[in-house]
Amino acid sequence: MTGRLHGLREPLLHVSKRDDISLFRRMLVRVIAVILALCVCAVVIHALTGLDPLQVYRGVVDGAVGTRRRAWVTIRDTLVLLLIAVGLTPAFRMRFWNVGGEGQTLIGGLATAAIMINLKSLPAPLLYPLMAATAVLAGLVWGVVPALCKAKWNTNETLFTLMMNYIATQLVAFAIIYWENPKGSSNVGVINPDTRMGWLPKLFGLDYGWMTVIVVALAAAMFFYLRWTKHGYEIAYVGQSVNTARYAGISVPRVIVRTMALSGGICGLAGYLLVTGSGHTISTGIAGGRGFTAITVAWLSKLNTFTMMMVSFLLVFMEKGAIQIASQFKLSEYASDIITGIMLFFVLGCEFFINYKVEIVKGRKSLE
Amino acid sequence: MQKNAIELRGITKRFGKVVANDRVDLTIRYGEILAILGENGSGKTTLMNVISGIYYPDEGQILVNDEPVSIRSPRDAFPLGIGMIHQHFKLVDVLTAAENIVLGLPGSTKLDIAKVATRINHLTEKYGFELDPFKKIYEMSVSEKQTVEIVKMLYRGAKILILDEPTAVLTPQETRRLFDVLRNMRAAGNAIVIITHKLNEVLELSDRVSVLRKGAYIGSVDTADASIASLTEMMVGRRVELDIERIPPADPVKRLTVDDISCVNQDGVITLDHVKFEAMGGEILGIAGVAGSGQRDLLEAIAGLQKVESGSILYDPPNAPCEDLTKLSAEEISKLGVKLSFVPEDRLGMGLVGPMDMVDNMMIRSYKKGNMFWVDKRSPRTLAEHIISELEVVTPGVSTPVGRLSGGNVQKVLVGREIASNPTVLMVAYPVRGLDINSSYTIYNLLNQQKKRGVAVLCVGEDLDVLLALCDRIMVMCGGRVTGIVDARTTTKEAVGMLMMHDGRDD
Repeated sequence: MTGRLHGLREPLLHVSKRDDISLFRRMLVRVIAVILALCVCAVVIHALTGLDPLQVYRGVVDGAVGTRRRAWVTIRDTLVLLLIAVGLTPAFRMRFWNVGGEGQTLIGGLATAAIMINLKSLPAPLLYPLMAATAVLAGLVWGVVPALCKAKWNTNETLFTLMMNYIATQLVAFAIIYWENPKGSSNVGVINPDTRMGWLPKLFGLDYGWMTVIVVALAAAMFFYLRWTKHGYEIAYVGQSVNTARYAGISVPRVIVRTMALSGGICGLAGYLLVTGSGHTISTGIAGGRGFTAITVAWLSKLNTFTMMMVSFLLVFMEKGAIQIASQFKLSEYASDIITGIMLFFVLGCEFFINYKVEIVKGRKSLE
Repeated sequence: MQKNAIELRGITKRFGKVVANDRVDLTIRYGEILAILGENGSGKTTLMNVISGIYYPDEGQILVNDEPVSIRSPRDAFPLGIGMIHQHFKLVDVLTAAENIVLGLPGSTKLDIAKVATRINHLTEKYGFELDPFKKIYEMSVSEKQTVEIVKMLYRGAKILILDEPTAVLTPQETRRLFDVLRNMRAAGNAIVIITHKLNEVLELSDRVSVLRKGAYIGSVDTADASIASLTEMMVGRRVELDIERIPPADPVKRLTVDDISCVNQDGVITLDHVKFEAMGGEILGIAGVAGSGQRDLLEAIAGLQKVESGSILYDPPNAPCEDLTKLSAEEISKLGVKLSFVPEDRLGMGLVGPMDMVDNMMIRSYKKGNMFWVDKRSPRTLAEHIISELEVVTPGVSTPVGRLSGGNVQKVLVGREIASNPTVLMVAYPVRGLDINSSYTIYNLLNQQKKRGVAVLCVGEDLDVLLALCDRIMVMCGGRVTGIVDARTTTKEAVGMLMMHDGRDD
């Protein structure tokens, strides 16, 4: 019997759980992982395309941060992705599977555009807060509807939030017909191109100054909100066990609705930034799948909003690099996906070596 | 002497810094029932998991039938005839017993379930089990499920059976039946290992006892030469006073009046049926009954976690007017300033959050304190440190997730937190379930201290001997009703047992 023979052989590798590991070694493991990933990518690139991997890497860096303009575009897209991830975080911490970030962002963008187009004569100090508030409110409604149903009838939030995405997309498509410019283009075009009313102004002389301040501030605030406030604890208790939350005297439905209002509201604000800060237009594609990518960002970062800054930067960096190498070397954009995939594999995989110790068993140990 | 089934030599297993098994030597023989005895966290289960292939030892050697083997997974353990029955059953609810038993076994594509059933019936007859092969798992009682697990192992040809705390979930009658079956299996030449910390069961059933303490192998004795006192000493490492102290209640005052309350659950089944009693400060009121007689519902109703359909719950605070708690939620009760502490049955599912550390768990009951938006983490940290030193909680530190602690330590954390809020009413459900002797006595002492402080203690328990020794009065429940309230000092185990079986509907 093979099972029997199997049972007699000593395994080659021995895995055991590690004690606490020092910060230095933790970092060392990660650095080694990145270096290994780059080496493996180099081999893969060379084997598949025959190109010089170093040149390809240079192309990626060039595409992402090669010029001042490109660097800022990378930062801008990082910020939007980060903000959506920050928005999803409280919901995920509550184990509420909000996969509706896409729709919440989109509906926030729609609300922003509506104000921008229809109330463009308002004075600026009124217009910007009004746009932001409407966007937050719209995202909030998109988040609260599934939350209310979950709280009241225990509906499945994954399906519900997902479906809300399609409603948002269809509403935007509907609005575009009203606002299309020029007529018949089925395109809204840049809103207020001459007056630039409702466009996010510069801050500290930077195009994306406001965006940076808002997003970084919210990411930091979310970090402290979840760890140091009563609300944060309520969210964590509800997420860990509804029974414990009830035992602690927490009104579970209230926490679910409140948290989803926050989650949806922040995603709505991301829509606001997309419309006023970067595209200055509205289309069904403005969220561009970020609502889903943000889910990856949030979980890769273990719901730590500071880690999210790095993760979202990495993802956007690779995405921008991909576009560059695709055109520069006539490669498919999937080439970059392979690089991103290998990078993630190593970076995530190295966590195993942080948690476990692997030893090679030398010879058979016998006590006889 | 019987032939050796398994011999362990110098088995060591570490989890990070924790040494779960430290150079353990052990011999398991055919035709013998071996009891592995040890306190919680002494490494009993880890050791058995090493034998059944769930863990791989860091050091040491395993011999099965006198041959050295390397057991890397349960797949390696089956051909060696090793079968383990875990505390938590691993069965598919919607399948029948027979289907669960053959699940995962190799065989032809077409399953001849009738043939399987015949073989199962043959096995059950041989050893004296009672099992219907065609009954679905979800229709079974806990004891029937356990039978399925055991038959599953026998069906696969296991000759060495390891049972992890098999009696923890059984009634006394079911335990007796299980013991008969195990004796039959011993007579048929199998090797049986039971992991337990119940000393009377060890003495009743086993032939030999091996004792572990803090991961180390202490020694083995023949059961015939052992006594409760000698085994306790081996297990704990020193002599333990096994008497529970009971002082007469000092001027009891009415604290809680439960008047004729009834509750129904989500399915519309009556869980509490006109329950009526009073709880006094300075006294321990025991609540006895077969599991599921409404004990849990009663405590949850008082704590504001269950809706009360009719009747009333009144609370008489010291030096203040009476409060009506009937319609209040847990949140409202705590807002009123009612000092009601509750140690629920489900420790890590309700009382504590397993993945969170001790500080965060301390905050479950107190995070709302203060008017600030921010939480105060300093006083919970102090409290956590206080509980660790006061109750001798074994943990690497306050930031270790409580789910990683052993059962006894988890309970100390929970009881410690509940007592720390200076309650006037303390409700505890199965406070020593799964706890070893040492931890159990720590908990009894804590309850007695609270009683001395004038707290009204409500204690739901399953061990009648303990309830009779600890409580002042015992309320017996059956089918959601109170079937009697007796004086614990004068009543007998039999009298309480009678009340537990009696549903009171006939008279």
